[in-house]
Amino acid sequence: MKTTKSFFFWSMSAFTLLLLAGLLASCGGGQGKAGPSAVSGDAASAVYVPPGQYDEFYAFMSGGFSGQVGVYGLPSGRMLRVIPVFSVDAEKGYGFNEETKPMLETSFGFVPWDDAHHPELSQTNGETDGRYLFINGNNTPRIARIDLTTFETAEIIEIPNSGGNHSSPFTTENTEYVVAGTRFSVPYPQKDVAINTYAENFKGVLSFISVDKEDGDMDISFQVLLPAFDYDLAHSGKGDSHGWTFFTTYNTEMKNTLLEVGASQNDKDYIAAVNWKLAEKYIAEGKSKEIPANYRDNSYDDKTHMATSKKVDKVRVLLPEDCPGLVYFLPTPKSPHGVDVDPTGEYIVGSGKLSADLTVHSFKKMLAAIENKAFETTISGIPVLKYEEVVAGVVKEPGLGPLHTEFDGNGNAYTTFFISSEVVKWKVGTWEVLDRVPTFYSVGHLMIPGGDSKKPQGKYLVALNKITKDRYLPTGPELTQSAQLYDITGDKMKMLLDFPTIGEPHYAQGISADRIVPKSKKFYPLEENQHPYKALGEKDSRVERSGKDVHVYMTTIRSHFSPDNIEGIKVGDRVYFHVTNLEQDWDVPHGFAIQGANNAELLIMPGQTETLVWYPKNEGVFPFYCTDFCSALHQEMQGYVRVSSASSSTPLVWSLGEPEPAQ
Amino acid sequence: MKALPRLCMMLAIAGILSLFLFPMWKIILYAPQYPTGVQMNIWINKIDGTEPGTLQNVNILNHYVGMKFIEPDSIPELTYFPMVILGMAVLGLIALLINRPWSYLSWMIIMIILSAIGFYDFYLWEYDYGHNLSDTAPIKIPGASFQPPLFGTKIIVNFTAVSFHISEGIWLVRVSFSVSLHIGSDANCPDANPDLTDHLADRCL
Repeated sequence: MKTTKSFFFWSMSAFTLLLLAGLLASCGGGQGKAGPSAVSGDAASAVYVPPGQYDEFYAFMSGGFSGQVGVYGLPSGRMLRVIPVFSVDAEKGYGFNEETKPMLETSFGFVPWDDAHHPELSQTNGETDGRYLFINGNNTPRIARIDLTTFETAEIIEIPNSGGNHSSPFTTENTEYVVAGTRFSVPYPQKDVAINTYAENFKGVLSFISVDKEDGDMDISFQVLLPAFDYDLAHSGKGDSHGWTFFTTYNTEMKNTLLEVGASQNDKDYIAAVNWKLAEKYIAEGKSKEIPANYRDNSYDDKTHMATSKKVDKVRVLLPEDCPGLVYFLPTPKSPHGVDVDPTGEYIVGSGKLSADLTVHSFKKMLAAIENKAFETTISGIPVLKYEEVVAGVVKEPGLGPLHTEFDGNGNAYTTFFISSEVVKWKVGTWEVLDRVPTFYSVGHLMIPGGDSKKPQGKYLVALNKITKDRYLPTGPELTQSAQLYDITGDKMKMLLDFPTIGEPHYAQGISADRIVPKSKKFYPLEENQHPYKALGEKDSRVERSGKDVHVYMTTIRSHFSPDNIEGIKVGDRVYFHVTNLEQDWDVPHGFAIQGANNAELLIMPGQTETLVWYPKNEGVFPFYCTDFCSALHQEMQGYVRVSSASSSTPLVWSLGEPEPAQ
Repeated sequence: MKALPRLCMMLAIAGILSLFLFPMWKIILYAPQYPTGVQMNIWINKIDGTEPGTLQNVNILNHYVGMKFIEPDSIPELTYFPMVILGMAVLGLIALLINRPWSYLSWMIIMIILSAIGFYDFYLWEYDYGHNLSDTAPIKIPGASFQPPLFGTKIIVNFTAVSFHISEGIWLVRVSFSVSLHIGSDANCPDANPDLTDHLADRCL
C-alpha cells in the first residue's frame, strides 16, 4: 500500500514538474532555445568596430566573485581592461606590492578577496559625468571608488554594522551620497547571542556615504537603524524625488533559518523610502548619536603612489523613532528585488521577484499618502503606507521572476525576468507590454548606458546572464557568464551580440566614450612623484642597508635597470626593491620580477614607484628581469643579485655597466 | 610712400624677435607605434616637444643606434643664438633710425649671411648627430645614417621623419624679400608707379 502511495506521489510530482516546465516555456514568450536564429538582419555590421577604431561606449561590468571590474567597449564587446578592486591581482602586483597592500586592509585584517556586484558611475545633475565608478564589496562590506582618469582603485571604505553590502552603492543625483544597505541583518552592536534571538537582537543598517565634491573622498556620513529585514537593492530619487533613496526589503518575516521558505510567506514586503535631506536636518539639530565603531578608510595617492589605511572608531546613527518622517515603508508584493526610479523621478518600480506582476509606485502619491497619514500600521516607529494609496500602476503578467528595470529616456522601461529568461519592454504610464526578447540564459541585471540616470543614452541594452550552458565552446565544468547586446533604437529590440565576461557580471554601467577619453591619463609626471623611496634619475639609484633591511632604489628605462648588478645581500635579509619607472611616454610600463619572490611581480607605470619585498633564502646569484615587453631590447633588460651567507663580509656594492677601462 | 620700407623693417624686426615665441624648427617622427608622431621642437634658446617627455623619448629611441644624447645644456648655440638675434634686432632699429636704403640693404646682407651660417651650423650639428655613432650601439645598420632632413621628409629606418621651419622662417624670408623689393622700388620710381607700389604693399603685408 505504502509503495503504491509513494509511486503515485512521485508520478504526480513528475507530472507537476513537467507541467511547470511547459508553463515556463510558453509563459512570457520564452521561445526556448532560439540560438543564432535570434539574430536578425545585419547584426554583424552593427557591432563591427574596425581595427584601430574606438568603441562608442564604455561598459563597466562587475567582475562578480572575481572581486574586480571588467571594462568593455560597446558595441564591439571587446574587453579593454580588468581593474583590480577587491581582490589581489598578481598580474598588476595589486595587493602584493607594498604600496597597494593597505587598500585591502579591513577591521578583519588583510582581506584579499570580495564579491563585487554593482558598479555605479558618479553623476552631476542626474547625468553620468565620467569622474568615478563606485562598486560594492558584498562579503566584507565595503565600497570602492575607481578614478576614471587612471582606471585604478582610488579608495575603499569599509561599512561598519553591516553584514553583506548588497544594496549598494547607487548614487544620488549629484553624487552627494552613495549608499550601503545591509543584506544580512546582524546583532547591533555585534555581540555573542543565540541566533534564534534574531528578532530582538538583530538590526538592519542603511549607510549613507558622502562623496567629496572636489576630490571624491568618501566618509560614512550617517547610518539609519532599521528592523532586521534583508535589504536587497536601492536607487536614489531624481528630479522631484531627489532627496530620497529607496531600498527593497525581503525577509520581513524576520526568519533566521531556511529563508527559501520562511522569507517567502508575506504577501507583501516593503520598499523603504529614506528622506536623506531630512536626515541632514536632524543631524544639524543634534538628533543623531555617535556610537563606537571599527572600520577602515583606505585611499591611494597618485603623487606618493602609495595607499594608506585609516582606522575610524565611531559612526553617526539616526533612529527612526527619534526622527519622524525619516523613513516610510511602501508595501510591495513578494520579496521585491530591484527598485528602479524612472528618469523623471516620479515612478518607483519594485520588481517582486516571486510576484506575477510588476508594481510601480508613484512618488507624488507617496507624498500625498504621507500628508494624509494613510498608514496601514507602524513598525519600530516607521509608518507603513497603504498600498492602494501609493501604487501608480501594475504591469500585468509581464513574465516570470522580474528582477531589474532600466529606462531609455523615451518613456519606455525594460525589465529582466530571471525565470523566463527574457527582457520585456513596457510603457511607463500605461503599463502595457510593448515587446519581449529572449536572453541566453537566466538574465539578472540589465544595463542601458545612463539607464538609471536622468538622461539615459538609450541606444543599446546589455543583458547580463548567469548561465551560458551551450552558448560557447565548452570549457569543462565551469562555464563563462555572458553579456548580450540589443539594439533598442526601434520599436522592437534586436539582439546583436553575446560575449563572455569575467566572474559574474551582476550589474553594469555604460557611458559614452567622449565623457571619459579626454580625461584619461597617459603617464604620471616624474616631477610630481612624492614616493619616499623614489629615484628620479639613474644618478639617484643606489642601495642602502639598515640592519637586515636593504633598500634598493632602482630605476627602469628602455632597456635597463639601474643598478643591474647588486652584491652584498645576505641570507636572512629583507630586501625592498623600490623601482621607479623613469619613462614619460604613454604605454611604456616596465615589469620587475625576481626569482623566488613569495609575492608577485611589479608592473610599474611611467613615472610611478612601486616596491617588492624579497626574502633571500639561499646563497647564490639570482636574476631579475623586466616582465612587460617594453622595447626591442626587452629581453636584455635583466640583472643579478648576489646573495652571500649571513656571516659573510661581501661588501654592499651596486653598478650599471662596466667601468671605463683605465687609459 | 616713404613709410613702406620702415614698416617692412619693423616687420622684419618683429619677425626675428618672434623666434622667441615660436620654435624655429620642428621634426616629427612617425612610426606604427607612434601614430600621432613624436614631435621635437628646436627654439632659438631651448629644445622641447609637444609632451614634457618628448626629448627623453627621442633620446631613448636614438640610443639604440648609438646617437649621442641631445642635452640642451651642452649646445652652446642655444646660448649665443638668442644674443645674435637680439643684436640683429638692435641693428634693425639703428637701420630704422638712419632710414636710408643703404642701411636697410646692409642689415639685410648681414641677416642673410648670419642665416646662412646658422643653417650651415645646424646642418653640421644634424650631421654629427646622425653620423657620429657610438661603437657600442646595440643596433648597427651598415651604411645607415640617422641625420634628419633639414627640410621635408626622409625615411630613417622604421621612422618617417618630417622636418619643417615654421611660420617665422617664412616670415623672415618674406619680410627680407619685401624689404629688398622696397629698397629697390624706393631707389627707383616709387611715386611714378602707384600700381607697383600697391602690388608691393600687398606682398609686404
